[in-house]
Amino acid sequence: MNTIINPSLTTSLIVGAIVGAASAYLGSIMILKRMALVGDALSHVALPGIGIALAFQLNPFLGAFTALAIGIFLIWQIERRTSVPTEAIVGLIFTVALAIGILVTPEPDLLEALFGDIAKVSIADALLAAALSGLIFTIMIPVKNKLVLSLISPDLAKSQRINTDRLHLVFLALVAVVVALGVKVVGTLLMGSLVIIPAIAAKNVARSFSGYGKVSLIFGVVSAVAGILLASKFGLPPGPLVVLASASVFLITLTFRRS
Amino acid sequence: MSLLSIKNLSVRFDSQAVLEGLSFDVEKGDLVAVIGPNGAGKTVLFRALLGLLPFDGEVVWPKNIKIGYVPQKLFIARDLPLTVMEFLQLKGAVDEEIYESLQAVGFLKDHRHHTDQHLLRAKIGQISGGELQRVLIAYALINHPDILLFDEPTAGVDIGGEETIYSLLEKLHQKHGLTIVLITHDLNVIYRYAKKVLCLNKEKVCYGTPQEALNPKTLEELYGTKIGLYPHEHHN
Repeated sequence: MNTIINPSLTTSLIVGAIVGAASAYLGSIMILKRMALVGDALSHVALPGIGIALAFQLNPFLGAFTALAIGIFLIWQIERRTSVPTEAIVGLIFTVALAIGILVTPEPDLLEALFGDIAKVSIADALLAAALSGLIFTIMIPVKNKLVLSLISPDLAKSQRINTDRLHLVFLALVAVVVALGVKVVGTLLMGSLVIIPAIAAKNVARSFSGYGKVSLIFGVVSAVAGILLASKFGLPPGPLVVLASASVFLITLTFRRS
Repeated sequence: MSLLSIKNLSVRFDSQAVLEGLSFDVEKGDLVAVIGPNGAGKTVLFRALLGLLPFDGEVVWPKNIKIGYVPQKLFIARDLPLTVMEFLQLKGAVDEEIYESLQAVGFLKDHRHHTDQHLLRAKIGQISGGELQRVLIAYALINHPDILLFDEPTAGVDIGGEETIYSLLEKLHQKHGLTIVLITHDLNVIYRYAKKVLCLNKEKVCYGTPQEALNPKTLEELYGTKIGLYPHEHHN
């Protein structure tokens, strides 16, 4: 049952830490935008992509990312063109995607797609994760102020000639990238935890925006590393342990929260 | 010198007219108050001026004009992890500019006094309504705008604070020659501070100095009922 052995443990830890950091950082903005469950739901959209990629023996990341890109573009369009609430749109698209995903994913691979298996990551996966996380931070650092302003007051942001629609699309695209990466670590069903839990834990203790982003990132790394190490030690699947590790961090921070 | 020229401005929501054939000019150095009943299109007018919604007609600003905008109400979660200083930094100005703006709205009087420093480090969702309004004005004043658009200065502020906001606006207007267009419900404010008043109820009901523009007839046309001279509403 113990699937993790050195040196793949090192690779797993590196990928876990990188993906944990990027998801937690993006997650910190998602929480402020009240998109917590969007990230969770979106990860389910990855499933049909993974299924199709596996069936044609392609890289599952590519399949996941393509499915997510389509899903996010649909959500963005419906949001702009209709007044249907985002959560309703996301609810529709993700359940449909999950249904299609379960049908098209070859049965032996279904479990891995649903729960991830970081023990199977390769050096190539690690390089891809590093490159894409680098891209996420490169794009996020200059636009994060605009994102915060547009979530406080879209009118104020637009009055400063910030294109809030385009900004939102760029942000959603980054979310798609990080979810596609995270699916490898914890699987489609648990991916939401990587973006949600470190950020809500950081919100309990942060006193400023700059502190919030950094603390969220650190919690993301700590949870991923602790979860993978515990999984390796006790021969358990890493995904659920990463989730439980971050939930423990959240419980600890809860005691710091002032009402 | 005309700073803003509006010609035949109309705004429709789902084929229903919200603003109809509105024309007026704002001169440099004006302090214009926009008045009208709830749903008269006051905030919609501002949003059209800022280019935030589609409209018919013309809104002409000079090239490269800098507009400071103070939105009506911001619902900021108490636990939003963003300090007042970080909020002010979102405009992308250097800290010196920010301190200058804060001084213009009456903060940092005694050389960056520690209580003000305390305010700057507080979360923006946790300061009082009056403080938030002054912070929002400070935000609008960063980078020295040519004109300030202010949507309902008194909303959510107690009477004591209300007095300060208007005297503050008057001071900015007089001392810095700032052109100000503000939305208000309060006729007292108009008589006391405004150079010009725009009465709005979908279309222009009156425009001019308060003395010439406001009379029982225009007020009746504006509010649809005979009204005493000083209606005092605070909700929108």
